[in-house]
Amino acid sequence: MAVDNASITEVVLGGTRGGPDVKTLREDKWWKLPLVTVLGLSAFVVYATWAAVWGDSNFFYLPHNIISPFYSPCLAHACKAAGDTGSPVFDWWRLSPALIILVFPLGFRMTCYYYRKAYYRSFWRAPVACAVQDARPGYTGETRAPLIIQNIHRYFFYAGLVFNVLLTIDAVQGFIWPTLHHQLVHGQYVTQSGGFGMSVGSLVLCVNATLLWIYSLSCHACRHLCGGQIRSFSKHPIRHKLWKFVTPLNARHMTFAWCSLFFVAFTDLYVRLVASGTITDFKIF
Amino acid sequence: MADVTMRIWRGDDKGGQLVDYRIEGNEGEVVLDVIHRLQATQAPDLACRWNCKAGKCGSCSAEINGMPRLMCMTRMDQLPAGPVTVTPMRTFPIIKDLVTDVSFNFEMAKRVPAFNPPPAPEGGYRMAQVDVERGQEFRKCIECFLCQNVCHVIRDHEDNKAHYAGPRFFIRYAELEMHPLDTNDRRELVRERMGLGLCNITKCCTEVCPEHIKITDNAIIPLKERAVDAHYDPVAWLGRKITGRKKRSADEAAALRP
Repeated sequence: MAVDNASITEVVLGGTRGGPDVKTLREDKWWKLPLVTVLGLSAFVVYATWAAVWGDSNFFYLPHNIISPFYSPCLAHACKAAGDTGSPVFDWWRLSPALIILVFPLGFRMTCYYYRKAYYRSFWRAPVACAVQDARPGYTGETRAPLIIQNIHRYFFYAGLVFNVLLTIDAVQGFIWPTLHHQLVHGQYVTQSGGFGMSVGSLVLCVNATLLWIYSLSCHACRHLCGGQIRSFSKHPIRHKLWKFVTPLNARHMTFAWCSLFFVAFTDLYVRLVASGTITDFKIF
Repeated sequence: MADVTMRIWRGDDKGGQLVDYRIEGNEGEVVLDVIHRLQATQAPDLACRWNCKAGKCGSCSAEINGMPRLMCMTRMDQLPAGPVTVTPMRTFPIIKDLVTDVSFNFEMAKRVPAFNPPPAPEGGYRMAQVDVERGQEFRKCIECFLCQNVCHVIRDHEDNKAHYAGPRFFIRYAELEMHPLDTNDRRELVRERMGLGLCNITKCCTEVCPEHIKITDNAIIPLKERAVDAHYDPVAWLGRKITGRKKRSADEAAALRP
């Protein structure tokens, strides 16, 4: 088929638009959802910053072997100081180990298609709600730096999978308790016979790992890599099955994004409260 | 139902204003019914585009209380009490009253390289049902252009119209890219010349679609991921180098326009 360039004409710009020149004619409470998003994300950012930068104690409770997801894996010197028996990879790092770890989950969430929608709307106000005027006059979207970086989302997805594996290992280790003989743990002497055990903390770590797996598997990049990128499902039946498995999860990506975000902070808080002796991690058996 | 107040944009390319009309409302009516009664009783010169009155022709797109909607699918009893504001689609130049010039969309339609299957084998083309079903959602589009209207990329930034296909045509590009018999590769074309990167996936197109097509999740994001495959992913680039697979440039893809 030949190109009929004569049929393609330039788009005429600048015609008079109808309707009054106002920011929006919407009278419903369109600002509610962005406001809730701002509050929710800000609360997480404030808490995570505190936990990562200043919270490098009480992130590990040795008797029940539970560790905060912000500080796993044990990468830096501070892990040992806190009583974790793991061997730090970056023993020379004297700042909070969470600062090394959080780059990857943070990158995964910052480039996530759902969170992009959330913060473009609620923080950047481009647009704050449908049919409400953008807050800024110029707009280039994700076509240039720094937002063009959003295109590496799949690499953060890969990194996120590695962290999911590590947090799953942590969750399993939460059932394997060490033998302690009159050992000082956060100001108290603890004696226990080690072995298999279950506490509320073990279950919290399990739920956290599960939610993070579901959030990762429901990711749009995951859906694409599973089978979305192929042209013919009938020629790739296994990838089609994978695509069919992740597609219903993908439809609930926003729900999983919020649940996993909330729960990862809750898990960190729970471990801290237990490790600091504020609450007791009830033993189930 | 009691009388209702309709606040309607009256004007043309020289200017206009919102005019209030007090008119009888009846149970079960949609906005288009009331507009028609207005034309019949108080405003015979009120311009309004419509056709099927069944949500299938996509003609009666407008903005009702500030939200892009089809007038024929918006029930009066579902709107909050008070005046009902009806204005033309904001993104396109006005012709008169509620009628806009949507030719921008037809220009963008011309730029979509057509379906390009290989020569038909003996016995004709065959497609598996699962492949037929994949694009079915996109073919529900009634071309009401509400998605184009609500998209802030062109609604609030007129200059982007020159190089932005918009959600309706991203659906078309996605449908073609997911067609097992199509041989063209439009990934570089949508990235370079159709403004795929301008979309910041805020999903307003999906919110207003009267056919409930998941435009962002099922068309735009898959296209963005395909653009990553073609342009941004270093591993995919290495894979192409090793296997000798090629991608089409924007020019090569565009050469297959109808």
